[in-house]
Amino acid sequence: MFLPRFRLLIAVLATSLAGLSLHPHPALARQAAGARPAQALTVILPQARTPLPVSQSGDQLMVALDDLAPLFGLTLREDGIGGGLVVTAANGKRVLLTPGQPLASADGRLVSLPAAPARDGGRWLVPIDFLPMAIAPVTGTRVEVRRASRLVLVGDVRVPRVEIRQQEAGGVIRLTLTVAPRAGHQVTHEGNRLLLRFDATALDPVLPAVTPGPLLQGIRLGEGPATIAVDLGPRFGSYRASAATHDANSEVVVELVPAFTDQALPVPPPSAPAAEPLLNLAPPRPSVRTVVIDAGHGGDEPGASGPSGALEKEITLAIARRLRAVLEGRLGLRVLMTRDGDKTVSLDERAALANTNKADLFISLHANASLRPATRGAQVYFLSAAGAGTEASRVSLASGALPTLGGGSRDVELILWDLAQLRHVDESAAFAAILEEELRGRIAMNVRPVLQAPFRVLAAANMPAVLVETGYLTNAEDERLLKTAGHQDLIVQALLHSVIRFREARERGITAAPASSPAPNPSNPPAPSPSRPTP
Amino acid sequence: MRRSLFVWIGVMAAVVAAAGLGAVVLSRWLASGVEEPAAESGPAPVDETRKIKARLFYVADDGVHLVPVEREVPLGATTADQARRIVEALLEPPPSPLLSAIPAGTRLRALHLTEAGQAFVDLSAEVRSAHPGGLTNEILTVYSIVDSLTVNLPGLTGVQILVDGHEADTLAGHVDLRRPLARSTFWIDEDTPR
Ligand SMILES: [Zn+2]
Repeated sequence: MFLPRFRLLIAVLATSLAGLSLHPHPALARQAAGARPAQALTVILPQARTPLPVSQSGDQLMVALDDLAPLFGLTLREDGIGGGLVVTAANGKRVLLTPGQPLASADGRLVSLPAAPARDGGRWLVPIDFLPMAIAPVTGTRVEVRRASRLVLVGDVRVPRVEIRQQEAGGVIRLTLTVAPRAGHQVTHEGNRLLLRFDATALDPVLPAVTPGPLLQGIRLGEGPATIAVDLGPRFGSYRASAATHDANSEVVVELVPAFTDQALPVPPPSAPAAEPLLNLAPPRPSVRTVVIDAGHGGDEPGASGPSGALEKEITLAIARRLRAVLEGRLGLRVLMTRDGDKTVSLDERAALANTNKADLFISLHANASLRPATRGAQVYFLSAAGAGTEASRVSLASGALPTLGGGSRDVELILWDLAQLRHVDESAAFAAILEEELRGRIAMNVRPVLQAPFRVLAAANMPAVLVETGYLTNAEDERLLKTAGHQDLIVQALLHSVIRFREARERGITAAPASSPAPNPSNPPAPSPSRPTP
Repeated sequence: MRRSLFVWIGVMAAVVAAAGLGAVVLSRWLASGVEEPAAESGPAPVDETRKIKARLFYVADDGVHLVPVEREVPLGATTADQARRIVEALLEPPPSPLLSAIPAGTRLRALHLTEAGQAFVDLSAEVRSAHPGGLTNEILTVYSIVDSLTVNLPGLTGVQILVDGHEADTLAGHVDLRRPLARSTFWIDEDTPR
């Protein structure tokens, strides 16, 4: 609290005082007696703040020199002969005061005070302006008195005045903060309040009276030296903060926007998906008999491409053909290909082929691309339903139908086609986890090996389904490997062993039962199996 | 409840796809939604020099995440206007070493907000025709837009990307764009912000 560079000095009587009248004026006692205590000022120093008691005398705020002495490192000495007072700063410079005279000699310069110093019992009172007029020049310290806000700023402190106005229009509350002089700021949303932290020692705020409402509950000084807290109401939805500077001032506008009204969700009909699914009436123990292999892209849609010219559609078809041969030859499975040539096939047709043929597993093969050439490694994806709810999209439908080849549709167990995959997400996740393990032992995996995303081609598949990104064509090494038969065979081996393991698990009934799976969290998909890494 | 919601979304999508009525439905959505919700008609004209700090999303060093970058975006007069300005800022070529997930030359044609807080972002054809392809690139393109809007405008409930004025199936053959997508922090790498 003490300004450290000051030290105590014993003043010597200034000879210049000799010429001044040093006899206390009889009126002084009355004047001092007329001073009544007033609300203390707050002195703000660079590292501290402290109250400064003051009294009101007429229109003047008076402060005791005894209270100023420790703040400014002043030494006081009465001139026993003349009744005057010598105020000595740590640097040896002096201020001379004469009772009854509204004058002071500050380091040899005469300054006119708005009121004369007064004696109050054993203390000397001086008008508050004594600080900027006499103390500041003598001590070399900046002193600013802000009467209205009852602040005394001492030294290198930044205490911007922050005046807040509140307007409301169209349900939005706009708070305009005029900051003078300008100061940097940050707005953060913490719990049920907004905090505006200013780059300042303290604030000199003018806060509006706030009637607590659904959007705004109050505005007050927050914890911390230069923080304003805006207490938010239950209707608060979001905020926008903007700033502009005008000359020496800045203006911060914070808009409080109410939450969009919650429209009640319609009550689903009892026979809708919450009901026990008809899938449980399906064949007793699911196995894996029919597999659909989907070679990604094709025809007009080449997909990703590599620096040496490899095309995703060619890589995926090559792997698909090898996989078909292995699944048919080694496992005796019925295998269908969504394309077996360089053809353009729509995403709907691909899922429809699998649905029409009641496939037990849908494997979509792809090769990836990144804007970062170093990105490489295989990844396994399954569906997340990341859609946002929409009132407009909630419509009723008389019957559930899946598109089938030939353009017709058939009712399928009331499972709606675009929702079909959601029933199988747990099994899809289980297969993805197995496949990730099998791939990991054979080829390089990406840092994010198993992921969920809203895939167009998987959404409609009414069976466990995964999408395999076999590597990054934009990575030179991955591209080189993906073109080789040996590397393609490693991927096929991983898929083969995954299908075997998945089939065994299904036959033993240890994969997740379909239909009871909750919809995955669109923002943060849950981990479907222990082997799936935390996203 | 969520489950039933998906049912209805699914039902809707089935209707759209089966009947090929995407455009009709879209126009109904846009018509049913007020472009500028009533709550937004409020405060005063906007000073063009005003800026907000927005977190925009760019491709992370690992090539499989988005990283948030705090950038200054002009203040918008309304939520819809602010959304436009955020997308426009995102479409600007970023300073090195930032890498945009959106194909160069992509322009914002229009942006509409519905009362339910869904943003329809209509991008020029380049977002699809100039797309480099690949699932990861596509995911990052889509979610750099979805997350740049929904993170900075938390009142938004979803974002649907349109291409050249029409509903799009996908940008590059993978990510389902047929309905609004919710904010997803799954693609964001918060550990290495710039
Ligand atoms: Zn692909």
